[in-house]
Amino acid sequence: MSTSAQNHQNRWLGVLAIVLALIIWGFYSAFIVKDSFLLPGPYDVLIAFIALLNKGILLTDLEVSFIHFGIGLGTALLIGIPIGIAMGWSRRFDAFLDPIIELLRPIPPLAWIPFAIIWFGFTSYSAGFVIFMGAVFPILLNTYSGFRSVPRIYVEAGRMLGCIKNLNLIRYIAFPSALPSVAAGIRIATGVGWMCLVAAELFGVSNYGLGKNLWHYYDLHQMDSVVVYMILLGMIGLLIDMLFRYWIDRQFLKWRTGEVV
Amino acid sequence: MGDLVIKDLHQRFSRDDGSALTAIEHLNLSVSDKEFVCVLGPSGCGKTTLLRIIAGLDTATGGEILLDGERITGPNPKVGIVFQEYSLFPWRSVIDNIAFGLEMQGLARDERYRVAEQYLVLVGLTHFRDSYPSELSGGMRQRVAVARALALDPVVLLMDEPFGALDAQTRNMLQHELLGIWEKTKKTIVFITHSVDEAVFLADRIVVLTPRPGRVCEVFSIDQPRPRDRTSVEFAKVRRLVLDLINQPKCTLQDGLSSKV
Repeated sequence: MSTSAQNHQNRWLGVLAIVLALIIWGFYSAFIVKDSFLLPGPYDVLIAFIALLNKGILLTDLEVSFIHFGIGLGTALLIGIPIGIAMGWSRRFDAFLDPIIELLRPIPPLAWIPFAIIWFGFTSYSAGFVIFMGAVFPILLNTYSGFRSVPRIYVEAGRMLGCIKNLNLIRYIAFPSALPSVAAGIRIATGVGWMCLVAAELFGVSNYGLGKNLWHYYDLHQMDSVVVYMILLGMIGLLIDMLFRYWIDRQFLKWRTGEVV
Repeated sequence: MGDLVIKDLHQRFSRDDGSALTAIEHLNLSVSDKEFVCVLGPSGCGKTTLLRIIAGLDTATGGEILLDGERITGPNPKVGIVFQEYSLFPWRSVIDNIAFGLEMQGLARDERYRVAEQYLVLVGLTHFRDSYPSELSGGMRQRVAVARALALDPVVLLMDEPFGALDAQTRNMLQHELLGIWEKTKKTIVFITHSVDEAVFLADRIVVLTPRPGRVCEVFSIDQPRPRDRTSVEFAKVRRLVLDLINQPKCTLQDGLSSKV
């Protein structure tokens, strides 16, 4: 059997597993738990989903969450990449900043929530700040290691061809060489940032948002709606990752053989 | 013009334990314009060190190198280099690799492609204009590296065992092509190798270095017309002569392997 046919078959195996899981879930909730508060079934969730759609709040939730996510990821890129470049390019800068970063990095992003509130109040920026704290380190560290591992031969070849100034070497040699690593960092950061979203919206920075309303429906004890939000969070996280991977593949597959990230 | 004068060159590296390693000592050599010189010597005799100093990538601890009377102090567009390792930028297509130096000089896109394409023709890779280095064989990559170095029209072309990583057949073919390119472009070529066969096939003059610290042990002129037939009696005779030269005691004895500072 050809591998493509085999891949095709394997994909159906995955679909089969999802269908089986849905059946088991439905059976379990309907006949064993028998309590849609403790474990809402797939049908309850579907009804809740349609109800939420009709209310028209899902789209607003999505929009608000994307704003939070965008603020966090955007600032993480704006700050993480330049610092990563500076540390990867200059040993002195590395020695200077490394201790601070190693001290800050292990602090869980959610531990920043109190200061997020104090500094930014109950605004989108404080949710963005929590997401930023989750996203900035993977971006920074991957940029750093990408720049650290730029093969010396490329830099020397560049210098021999008239690419002399540091800024030009970074722009024409080091950055393109490090880009796969930077991209891998961004991909990790989107994942971590997305996971911080629910907690970032927990403390009431907005009236909408996927995380915010997940908590809202929990307060209302509407667990079927909670599951709707859980599934949405998961699916959108997956979608972001897939889009990103598609973009990376298009960007790098032409010059890099094999898996990039 | 491409007159290269190396005067009393010294290169010492200090080691971590405080001792110093003398890689090159009292090295004197003149290479005249349009000459093809092969530098022959055992591994670790400072061949690559010598080439890196001529390229301006390293600074000698003593002595000087003059190119057409001007002292070499750093990488210089008059000096091109082809490295032993694959040094093409993997994120750039073949044509963009060749055009890199021209791009650094600020040439407009059309103009630099026009020049780069001439060199693409010269190395016979017009069909691979838009390929990426990862799609090329080792021999093709080194051809592109030659074209990239020549595109800036240097007066001296340095080659550091450029065909060392290639199989024997490809190697012979590229040596042949290189002579053709040399005849067309008339560069001064300093070619480093540890292969007597390669040196005898290519060179006007063979410079034999001593083991560390590297000094010029013998200089041997070959006036056989090109193309030289590797299987001919004449070729074998020269080869034998050069082998005898490099095996004589004064060219093989190591002295002062390391000395305290």
